[in-house]
This record gives sequence, C-alpha cells and structure tokens, in this order.
Amino acid sequence: MQTSYRSSARILLPVRPWFIACSLAAALLLNLLPTAPWPGLPDWLALVLIFWSVREPRRVGMGLAFLCGIAMDVADAGLLGQHALAYVLAVYGGGSLSRRILWFPLAQQALHVLPLLLLVPLVQIAVRTVAGGEFPGIGYLLGPLLATVLWPVLTFVLLLPQHQSVDHDANRPL
Amino acid sequence: MENQPPPFFKRGPAPLALLSFYVALSVALLVVDARLQALEVLRQALSLFTQPLQQLAHLPAHSIASAGDYFVSLTHLREENARLQQARMEKATTVLRTQQLEAENERLRKLLGVKERQHARGQVAQILYTARDPYTRRIVIDRGQQDQVVAGLPVIDDAGVVGQVTRVFPFVAEVTLITDKEQAVPVQIVRTGQRSVVFGLGNGQLELRFLPANADVQNGDELVTSGLDGIFLPGFPVARVVHVERDTSYSFARIFCMPLAGVENFSEVMVLEQRPPVALPAEIAQPGREAKALKSASVRKKRPRRE
Repeated sequence: MQTSYRSSARILLPVRPWFIACSLAAALLLNLLPTAPWPGLPDWLALVLIFWSVREPRRVGMGLAFLCGIAMDVADAGLLGQHALAYVLAVYGGGSLSRRILWFPLAQQALHVLPLLLLVPLVQIAVRTVAGGEFPGIGYLLGPLLATVLWPVLTFVLLLPQHQSVDHDANRPL
Repeated sequence: MENQPPPFFKRGPAPLALLSFYVALSVALLVVDARLQALEVLRQALSLFTQPLQQLAHLPAHSIASAGDYFVSLTHLREENARLQQARMEKATTVLRTQQLEAENERLRKLLGVKERQHARGQVAQILYTARDPYTRRIVIDRGQQDQVVAGLPVIDDAGVVGQVTRVFPFVAEVTLITDKEQAVPVQIVRTGQRSVVFGLGNGQLELRFLPANADVQNGDELVTSGLDGIFLPGFPVARVVHVERDTSYSFARIFCMPLAGVENFSEVMVLEQRPPVALPAEIAQPGREAKALKSASVRKKRPRRE
C-alpha cells in the first residue's frame, strides 16, 4: 500500500491480487466492445494499467503490461507489439512517478496522469507512421482527455474494496 | 490479511533494465511482424485466448441488436416485404433472361472453343466487428479454418467487392478491405474496357493510378474486376469514379473512386471459393507461382512521385 495525501484520513486495506486481475480483465473486455465507430473513447486497459502501476508499482509491472498489450494487438489486428510497447512505456512512467503522484489531490493526480495516457496513442502513432501509415485524425487523441476526467471516478471505484474495515460492524456503513 | 513490510533487497532487476528488455522485445516483435510477416502462428495461438473474450464482449451488442429486431413493428416488416416482392418482380425479367443468356453464352463459347466462364460459388459469412485500431481497415468475419477459408479468398457483398481474406484463425478470419492502403484490385472500366489497378487510400476512398492525364475516364464510370489477378472472377463491381484531377504538369491523372459495396457497414458478406488456377503456357509456367500470387496479393504501395 502506498502513502497518499488521504492516508491520514483513511487507512486503506492492502489490495487483493485477484481484484487487480479482475479489474484488468474487465478493462480488456471494455476495450473489446465493438466501439470502432466512436474513436473518442478512452483505452480502458491503458487507464487501469496506469492506475495500478501508480497505486501498486510492485505488483503491476512492465511484464503484465507487455502481456496485456500483446493481447490487445492480437484482438485489434494491429502490428504485433504496438500496444505492448505503448503500455510498457506508460507503466514504467506510472511506476517511477507513483511516489510523487500519490501525494497530490485527485484533480492534480489526473493532471499528472494525462501525459502518461497521451503517451499510449502517441507511441502507437509513431510506430504506425514508421510502418507506413497516415495520421488517423485528432479524434484518436481525445480518448486520453476523457480518461483523465475519469481518473477520480476510477480511483473511487477501484479503491472501494480496500475501504472496508477488517472487523465487520453491522452498525457502520462500509 | 496482514501487511508485510517490503523486502529490502529482493526487488528483481532494476526498472530501467526491465524497461529496456521489454522495449527491445516489443520492437523486435514489431520489426518481425511488419517486415517478415513471420508471426502468424503465434497470432493464431494467442487468438485462441482472446477470441472467447471477444465473443463475450460482443454478446451485449448482439443481444441488443437481436432484441431490437424482435420488436420491429409489424407495419415495418409488411412494408419491407412489399418492397422486396416488388424488387423481386422487377428483377425477375433480368434474372430469367440471365439464365438463358448464360446457357447461350456457354454454348457459344463452346462453339468458339473458348474456355467456359467460371461460376461464382461461396459461403455467406457474418461480419463480427471492425478493428478498433484506426490504422487497420479490416473486418472480422465468423468463418475460419474450420470452414475451409484460406488466406487470399475474395469477399463480396450484394453490391460489389468488399476485400480479401488476409489472416485466418481457427473460427474467424480477417478481411482486408479494398479501402486499405496496402490493398490493390485489378479492375476494368466498363464503359471503355480500359484495364488498370485500383488502390485503397486508407480514408474510405480508392484511387485509380498509372492512367495517363488524357485517359478516357469520366465521373460516374463504373469499375469492375478484370480477373487478371487470378483471384477475383471478372465482372464484379468494385467502385465508381467520383473525381478526376487532370494536371498537365504530371504524367498521370489522379482519379478518385468510391467503393460500391457497403465496405464499412455491419452486414453479411460472401466469401467466394478459390478460383481454379489458370493454366499458363508451359514456357512461362513456374512451380509454386499460383500459390505465391495468392498469398501476397496485397501489392506494396507505389505512388507516382510528385516533384
């Protein structure tokens, strides 16, 4: 568990590994939804990977990011390694910035995460440009902005299981 | 569950070392995949894991679509039925005559000693989804190795040519659309009989290249497959010319076309059967030539350089 600016207000439980796995699987499923007609949707898998790499840099590392990226490449019919490279770089950034990011309030955390989220499509654009593609339009870069706005919501949702107390008290909510 | 203190020394390789390892691995994969196309087996193996996930992800969309179909109003269906009946009656004369014409054509060709035209046969496939990656103009259909689909087969819909199967997985196959930047289709202009090759532009349009600036091409000209590639049967509609740019300072005209098939819509398509290879004269026939032609049908982009 990482220290955060809220750690004085609320002590979080340690994260359960199966919850990380489930959240990553859910993000992968969200990415696989047939949403090709709407290019502005965020890359959910990148968002969740960066979240866990910031929160739990010792559990979610570049190996996991690489595997997730390869899965996305196969599912997306892209070049093998294009998502993998982008996710590995983003997770490295998240892991090395995690001690700094978590001291800020949520809105400022989101601003810190925005460059990491932008890195994912930018790396892919670079790879595809080298491979002979053309710029797909500015809509491709809208996803990270939306993902940044979703950062506080995501933090709340993904930390919910860690908010529960160890001793169950019927009279206390959560 | 208790909180363990982090171990002081066992932390694995340094992050930077790990980063360079994974980056090197990704770049190696990218180069091998883009340049050598040697990772199809790995892709097929990985698709066995991602395919069930994809089906799971498409379940809600499919069920919503089918629920929508279920609640389509009766009047709507009646209207559609009437419209289809009318269309069928209108087409009936042509269809009836076509059969007779085909028989006659066959007989005449026999008389002339020309090889008979091949009939188009194939299997209907459902489009599952479009790739999310904006760089790849590909669709995925629900027929794969199990249904004897092989890479290189042409794919059409009710209006014209959609594309060509480029990757086959056990239960699905990827179809590269004719609008993809690396896809080329040999065509013929119906009005003039001029043959050329049409290339995808990557933005939903096609371009007819290497025609001289004074070529006889007009807006509205229809392009059909010429069949010279040995893959597509001749005569399938491909595109219609929408814009011709003639600039006398360049030797080639720039001719833009729109595909006739509903290339980027969700619907059903037909995967045609493999065309039997045309026997080449003995002096130019080389072993393995057909298979090679079928495999690498996507021609590398060669654009006339503009100074």
